[in-house]
Amino acid sequence: MYWLAPASRAQSAVMNALSLRNLTKVYANGFTALHGIDLDVAEGDFFALLGPNGAGKTTAIGIITSLVNKTGGTVEVFGHDIDKDLAAAKSCIGVVPQEINLNQWDTVYNCVFNVAGFYGLPTSRAKARTEQCLRELQLWDRRGETSRNLSGGMKRRLMIARALVHEPRLLILDEPTAGVDIEIRRSMWRFLREINEQGTTIILTTHYLEEAENLCRNVGIIDAGRIVEHDRMSNVLRKLHQEVFVLSLTDPVPASLKIEGFEYMPLNEHEIEVEIFADQNLNQLFAALNAAGIAVSSMRNKTNRLEELFMRLVDRREQERTERVALPELQV
Amino acid sequence: MNFQGQLIALYTITRKEVIRILRIWMQTIVPPVITMTLYFVIFGNLIGRRVGEMGGFDYMQFMAPGLIMMSVITNSYGNVVSSFFAAKFQGHLQEMLVAPVKSWVIILGHVGGGIIRGLLVGGVVTVVALFFTQLEVKHPLITISMLVLTATVFSLGGMINAIFARKFDDVSIIPSFVLGPLTYLGGVFYTTALLPEFWARVSAFNPILYMVNGFRYGMLGVSDISIVSAYAIVIAFVFVAFAVCFYLISRGIGIRD
Repeated sequence: MYWLAPASRAQSAVMNALSLRNLTKVYANGFTALHGIDLDVAEGDFFALLGPNGAGKTTAIGIITSLVNKTGGTVEVFGHDIDKDLAAAKSCIGVVPQEINLNQWDTVYNCVFNVAGFYGLPTSRAKARTEQCLRELQLWDRRGETSRNLSGGMKRRLMIARALVHEPRLLILDEPTAGVDIEIRRSMWRFLREINEQGTTIILTTHYLEEAENLCRNVGIIDAGRIVEHDRMSNVLRKLHQEVFVLSLTDPVPASLKIEGFEYMPLNEHEIEVEIFADQNLNQLFAALNAAGIAVSSMRNKTNRLEELFMRLVDRREQERTERVALPELQV
Repeated sequence: MNFQGQLIALYTITRKEVIRILRIWMQTIVPPVITMTLYFVIFGNLIGRRVGEMGGFDYMQFMAPGLIMMSVITNSYGNVVSSFFAAKFQGHLQEMLVAPVKSWVIILGHVGGGIIRGLLVGGVVTVVALFFTQLEVKHPLITISMLVLTATVFSLGGMINAIFARKFDDVSIIPSFVLGPLTYLGGVFYTTALLPEFWARVSAFNPILYMVNGFRYGMLGVSDISIVSAYAIVIAFVFVAFAVCFYLISRGIGIRD
């Protein structure tokens, strides 16, 4: 199967920031983490790579960043094949790993300044970029402290500053907001949106699907080492056949309530859960509620839409796997 | 990244290593100096006076180059093995691995740190030795080159150890069970002329014997081994150890999945 990124379809002149072809990884213990995946991420995209734990996201990122040796396939970063021109490919990438891997004895300043040196930035440029990145991530005032003294959120921000110091064209973030509070998470979202608008291509893996839905234009869902969905975020969300809303009613839910054309379930005295299918809309729901004489004080999505789709895709594949495993027994 | 960029990366790694050495000087500089001072006091001053001359020199004078070389060996090895393994264990080695830093730069940067610590401790131990005995340097170039080459060999050795190490115990096995015995049996405290012929022949397989004697030749002008053999052995070890390190780092063995 050959996937083309939506952006590539729309604008073929746009270069791919990342191109994976038949990427395969089999670990020494025989476990196949990636089953020949194909993936394109267009330059300038904000791309979500989603999947459950153990799906192969971190392995794929590890191969792209050369921390994991691939078994087969090709990886190109802005046209640089990692097998032929690894140094050029590496120069284009900034990576924020899942685990906090700062040198805990280094100062905040040196954590960033040293990485500038690893990318060959001359001292004056390295100093300027270090200051700029630390200021942008609101860490300049803490530059003299050792990194181990920072809070979890600050460490995450420091890792982003470190990844950006050499001005990468492609920023890969592996669960960058894991374990940080909502305020810091939202400030990080603002920052990531800004650098994406300035031209940096971003690939994001996250367990917060709300984060992916809010930030990313395109999405790839990986499960058990295979890409199971790859499209524009809006197209992916459109594939949902239904959404569930929780409505808070002004008055208690009448015992004999009937909403014409809609299924509902009472949750408590004042709340009901209503399913809206793809061929229905909210206007129809409110018209039916008006006809029934019901006043609604507030409403909310029961679940995040992307989360709903994600769970369905993963559940479906799990079911297929179970059926495949069961098949030989049935034949016998 | 061009060659100049690689040199900047090399400078960065070496600078990082030097900052580490100086930041934890109570662990990197002071303990080996105290240990060596005790050797001078106990083996040199107290026991050495009963030993008399060795190799034509006062025992303390004879022993001093050996102890300096011993401190260089243990500290250059210890610096790289602990620094590189800590970087691997904490994960910040990835900073270098994801950057376009060439394998030879990663090796030379860490080896540079090992050499600097070896020479720093060796220098302080030399100053300590001067409190106990008179020292003169007969062949300065041989003395310096033998120190640097030996520090290079053991820095590379420390790196190989760190690459294969998976837990902290693995970092101490080689120094305890290989390096220590070879160093003590490497002519630090005695001349092989004292050994029975069989054990003198066995000692010829100990590479540290060549390094200690090469260095002693540089300082005192006496050696159990010809200086040419000493250079041949130590240079051969530099090339072999560097080749092994380069192969391991380039292939990602022990540092990539």
